Amino acid sequence: MILIGERINGMFSDVKQAIADKDKKVIQDLATKQTELGASYLDVNVGTAAADQQGTIQWLVEAIQEVCSTPICLDSQKPDVIEAGLKVLNADNGGMLNSTPLNKKNDDEILDKFIEMANQAGPKVNIIALTMDKNGVPQDIDTRVAIAAEIVQKAMEKNFDIQRLFIDPIILPVKVPNAQIQPGNILAAVDQIKYLSDPTPHMTMGLSNLSQGASERSLINRTFLAMAMAHGMDSAIVDVLDKKLMNVVATAEMLMNKQLYSDSYLKAYKAS
Amino acid sequence: MPIPDLAESFVGAVNKVTLGATKEQGGTRTSTITVGGAKNVVYAGSPGDAGEKPVIAMDVLDVKPEDWPDILAEPYGDVLDNPAQWAKKCIDEFGADLICLKFEGIHPDTQDKDAEHAENVTKQILEAVGVPLILWGCGNNEKDNLVMPKVSEAAKGENCLVGTVEEDNYKALTAIALADGHHLITAAPLDINIAKQVNILTSDMGFPLEKIVTFQSTGALGYGIEYAYSIQERQRLAALSGDKMMAMPMICDVGFEAWRAKEAKTVDAPEWGAAQDRGPIWEATTAVCLLQAGADIIRMRHPRAVKAVKNFINQIWK
Repeated sequence: MILIGERINGMFSDVKQAIADKDKKVIQDLATKQTELGASYLDVNVGTAAADQQGTIQWLVEAIQEVCSTPICLDSQKPDVIEAGLKVLNADNGGMLNSTPLNKKNDDEILDKFIEMANQAGPKVNIIALTMDKNGVPQDIDTRVAIAAEIVQKAMEKNFDIQRLFIDPIILPVKVPNAQIQPGNILAAVDQIKYLSDPTPHMTMGLSNLSQGASERSLINRTFLAMAMAHGMDSAIVDVLDKKLMNVVATAEMLMNKQLYSDSYLKAYKAS
Repeated sequence: MPIPDLAESFVGAVNKVTLGATKEQGGTRTSTITVGGAKNVVYAGSPGDAGEKPVIAMDVLDVKPEDWPDILAEPYGDVLDNPAQWAKKCIDEFGADLICLKFEGIHPDTQDKDAEHAENVTKQILEAVGVPLILWGCGNNEKDNLVMPKVSEAAKGENCLVGTVEEDNYKALTAIALADGHHLITAAPLDINIAKQVNILTSDMGFPLEKIVTFQSTGALGYGIEYAYSIQERQRLAALSGDKMMAMPMICDVGFEAWRAKEAKTVDAPEWGAAQDRGPIWEATTAVCLLQAGADIIRMRHPRAVKAVKNFINQIWK
């Protein structure tokens, strides 16, 4: 499971404060802690924490790279913010550009721009593409799959390695009225997106969004994560500090025969 | 549209393990041996993925073997009651890469020899040959826990491979191997889940995973080799998929197992072919088969089988 640690995001108050105070230590502690707990990538999102998004993402990336070599997932829907992040990113460690829709009302070429940026950054830099287009976030299964198909096709046209492509079918808060059908739709879409190409693109999602505003957030997150993994989701943007969630990841991988069972398999998973 | 690259690519590799310590490294060995490092399954991938050549450890027992068939004992002539000369013959004449000293004689059911005996034999062999040593207990937990720590101490600083530790008996030997600077063999009874568990348990005691070699138990041709084969293959695949708890090189006990087979040791069976050839063939075939499942160190006994297997290794791992 490719886990992307979600904590370095300006939406969290500690990160917002650290950005305001230019306090590197808070960011660096979050980076090392998430790495220790199993993050394969560290998501970095300025959010609304600063007006100067470009300068701030660079400051965050540089602060993280001072203390660990975990690949960074630059998180912004604005190509110029991603581009600013890429200027200071050590792409030899790998990286991720998160995220682009298929197209936007005011930017028909946004996916092309992301692919170009990833290609220029080097062979270890991946892309997360959302099953979303100029009409917004689709609610049904078919539109999600259709958009994913167009994304895959575009990647192939641009000679972009499909194994560097992560498709995010966009999970919405389950608490929103009439949204309870969405988790099932996501699973059905994942089932179909897997057959779009061989090799298949990776599948990822911003898991915590699912439980936005709900009670039992951790329980909702980890239950759906196990369900999604069984359907072929092989990545997620998650709170790796959530111990119970991480135990679910280890157990699901073991039950899917991706990790050898041993009585101490939880410990073994953490070690690797 | 680009043609996708469908070659299997693995994220992990088998650990590289170096046995033996030279004078500069605090020991008295004249050479060291490195095994492991494979980044693919045997035969697959580029030549660079094959890792280090597998090696052959010839068995030397601490006491004269009582039940060896004549065909197996004959090439050794009169050295079988002298472990030091026995070891020297294995290296000088039979081309063994290293020596596995097996303490058969300390077992309560055989000669029940004491720790002093085991220490002495260890020292004699260290003096007689310059290659790295494997020091292997008798299999009786109680006796091994009594004797093997002394053996480990007698070879302190020589960076030997000592074993074996098991799920329900690992603490004593793990602690002493750690203290004396040796590598460790973790053993499991043809059970991959237990094998992983032993590695986790020893690593919990602070023993470095990079200094472990695993023994999954061996079955000879016709006597369960398929279980040993598939478990070793499974371990290799786990190592390649990045499972750090299973990324160790593997050792097999081919000599002992092959020579237990009636096809190897029965003399009076002309319909099975010439008796002098059958045993060595049985041993060599078992070894070659397990090498293809990913074995890194093979314990062997008959010099003709050793020669044949060395020839195979040299042709495959060029």
